[in-house]
Amino acid sequence: MALRYLDEFRDPALAQSLARAIAAAVDPQRTYRFMEFCGGHTHAIARFGLPALLPSNLKLVHGPGCPVCVLPPGRIAQAVAIAEQPRVMLCTYGDVMRVPVRKGESLLAARARGADIRMVGSALEALKLAEANPDREVVFFAIGFETTTPPTAAAILAAEARSVKNFSVLCCHVLTPPAMRHILASGEEAAGVLLDGFIGPAHVSVVIGERPYTEFAHTHRKPVVIAGFEPLDLLQALLMLVRQVNQGRAEVENQYRRAVTFAGNRKAQQMIAEVFTLRPTFEWRGLGILPDSALAICSRYQQWDAERRFPLEPPAIPDHPACQCGAILRGQKEPRDCVLFATACTPEHPLGSCMVSSEGACAAYYHFGRFHEPVAPRKKEYHASA
Amino acid sequence: MCLAVPAEVVELLGEGQARVRIGATTQVVSTALLDEVAVGEYVIVHVGFALTKLDADEAAQTLALMAEWSEEVS
Amino acid sequence: MPAPDSLGAATPASAAHGAGKGAQVTLAHGSGGRATAQLIADCFHRHWHNEWLAQNEDATRLPALTPGHVPVVATDLFTVTPLFFPGGDIGTLAVNGTVNDLAVRGATPRYLTVGVLLEEGFPIATLETIAKRMAAAAAAAGVAIVAGDTKVVERGKGDGLYLAVTGVGEAPVEPVWGAAAIRPGDRLLLSGPLGEHGIAILAARQAVPLETEIVSDCAPLVSLIAAMRATGAPIHAMRDLTRGGLAAAANELARAARVGMVIDEGAIPVHPAVAGACELLGIEPWHLTNEGKLLAFCPPESVEPLLAAMRAHPLGRQAAVIGTVVADPNAFVQMRTPFGGVRLLDWLHAEPLPRIC
Repeated sequence: MALRYLDEFRDPALAQSLARAIAAAVDPQRTYRFMEFCGGHTHAIARFGLPALLPSNLKLVHGPGCPVCVLPPGRIAQAVAIAEQPRVMLCTYGDVMRVPVRKGESLLAARARGADIRMVGSALEALKLAEANPDREVVFFAIGFETTTPPTAAAILAAEARSVKNFSVLCCHVLTPPAMRHILASGEEAAGVLLDGFIGPAHVSVVIGERPYTEFAHTHRKPVVIAGFEPLDLLQALLMLVRQVNQGRAEVENQYRRAVTFAGNRKAQQMIAEVFTLRPTFEWRGLGILPDSALAICSRYQQWDAERRFPLEPPAIPDHPACQCGAILRGQKEPRDCVLFATACTPEHPLGSCMVSSEGACAAYYHFGRFHEPVAPRKKEYHASA
Repeated sequence: MCLAVPAEVVELLGEGQARVRIGATTQVVSTALLDEVAVGEYVIVHVGFALTKLDADEAAQTLALMAEWSEEVS
Repeated sequence: MPAPDSLGAATPASAAHGAGKGAQVTLAHGSGGRATAQLIADCFHRHWHNEWLAQNEDATRLPALTPGHVPVVATDLFTVTPLFFPGGDIGTLAVNGTVNDLAVRGATPRYLTVGVLLEEGFPIATLETIAKRMAAAAAAAGVAIVAGDTKVVERGKGDGLYLAVTGVGEAPVEPVWGAAAIRPGDRLLLSGPLGEHGIAILAARQAVPLETEIVSDCAPLVSLIAAMRATGAPIHAMRDLTRGGLAAAANELARAARVGMVIDEGAIPVHPAVAGACELLGIEPWHLTNEGKLLAFCPPESVEPLLAAMRAHPLGRQAAVIGTVVADPNAFVQMRTPFGGVRLLDWLHAEPLPRIC
């Protein structure tokens, strides 16, 4: 049974010819550097082995669009601390469960010590657990960019409608345009590393539409092409970006027209506006403190705000001093440029944000692409050649 | 950054829920983010919610454009 | 104590002979006295019959090996939740899993021993059902359960039931199937579609909100392997895919044999239902657990006869050549994507969790 709207966009023959079209379109005298902002794109590019199809002067730079990667470990420590409060049942998406915080600490480790931490696939599942367990305090750990935010808003609105009192949300939702702004700003400050354009996130754009990217095209003069998740989508989007660069255009184009509209999902946007408010500042792992880049629950819904119910400050937990995640997230360095990559820092023992989640730049490269590098003899996990 | 998959709406369950199908697997999702949806339409599913409807015409046009651009090179 | 949903709905009704309806395992059952003997008689000896178990001693004397054969032994622990799942149960899994470990080393499995660790409060009727299932699985696999032991731990100190199974078989002195025999140029043969057990368990555990008809592929591979051996075509190594899936098996053998592999993604059979579930969960099928699939390594000239034998067998209808062994001191398992790209088929550190990103 074919998977509709997936299989057609994975047709290998079309992929090969789109790749040839890209190769024919690039100007051999220059390099093209495009950032795929979205971690899901990073994962898809690595998983399908797309770099092998691209000409050598087309570089893909991995951006910070991985909510688990940019979540400061202090926030996870905050979630653990809440989970260890009496009667609390903490609900979380699977992605965050294994992220190590300090030596030995993670949500999974806390669960092993007896905290009631449950993996859920949806915010509404957490709400249902609250209704089914009236004697417990159910807290939902809400992470994610704009794609994942409307579901959290819907859960809070449902909690209000159903008068569920024992439910609250630890809101760590972050926003895409401020992060893109930061990357462009730091690129412009730092010498030499400039991006020629962005592959715009697929499903964030389903929610926010095309409009928010206009500033990057008009003010920063960077082309943005919103792309779907499938290999053909990415290849077509890259071709569109190459053409924009060649023609000296800087526009927002939408390759993912079957799901993204100019205005986006208005209803979802309204729900977000209803329930959340902008935090003046928020710490992003690897990027530092960014202004107006994250959401908090607004005062009207404060009774469902876990930060008010459990006033436990997130501790400041710095990354390893040799960690290059900041530079990697900004597109200035690659995983292989970091001395910790695949030595001290592996998916099993991630030291920085880019390795913690499978769609972080370093994790994606480790899982899918590290065989491109000669393996250093000091790596313990490989046998020395006989 | 967001794993979201196209799925077909096979049943409307009332109370803002629908059953969707991807391949032979089904799942109950919330339709709270949509204005309306009908059986037979396709939606994008993320964390247990339908995020938007898939536009079949746009999908066909995208594929046609891809094919056209591919032919230009051969 | 296991939550009711892991047993209740799926436990078939079964009269607890001589134990009273609703009877539960108590600490007395593990003490070695009359209660233990009664439990063993009611649950195990009622369903497990053979001349060796009938010796009824603390250790069982086995017949001499077939001439020209060496003993092969394997041991496995089973802790699956839920105990009953679509396509199987912990008992069947325990028998098939151990039998398969022996069979992929080229052994004919003959005898099993079963260690049963029970949690106080476990329903005796359920234990008997599992014993019956094990008897059926053993008969299907051509093995006899010849020894066992039972212990009981306090309520809260166990997960209902754990099984520890040791299997003994015999294999010809030559050839030796194993990592040491694998050579660059060998081909990888996969017996069938990936991921069924993994998805069936995830859905049965309700760890993820998906509804599926997928059932576990739990099965003994003995007769499939016998059919492959009967072709006379040389086989270098075999592995039954279990936890960690194809990725784990390939990487383990690559490291042990100090070779690399290149796998062709397009050639890997995946059940369409599994593919859809994987898309929803953000998991790749080659990391999922299987319980009735094998990966074989053979020289190129063996491919045709082996594939023919596999495809003629019910468990091997979708058997396929999926890759090649290459020289590589770093023992990477690479995968060629249908787009001509290459990526690693990496070995995950732990079970894949569903992701949202």
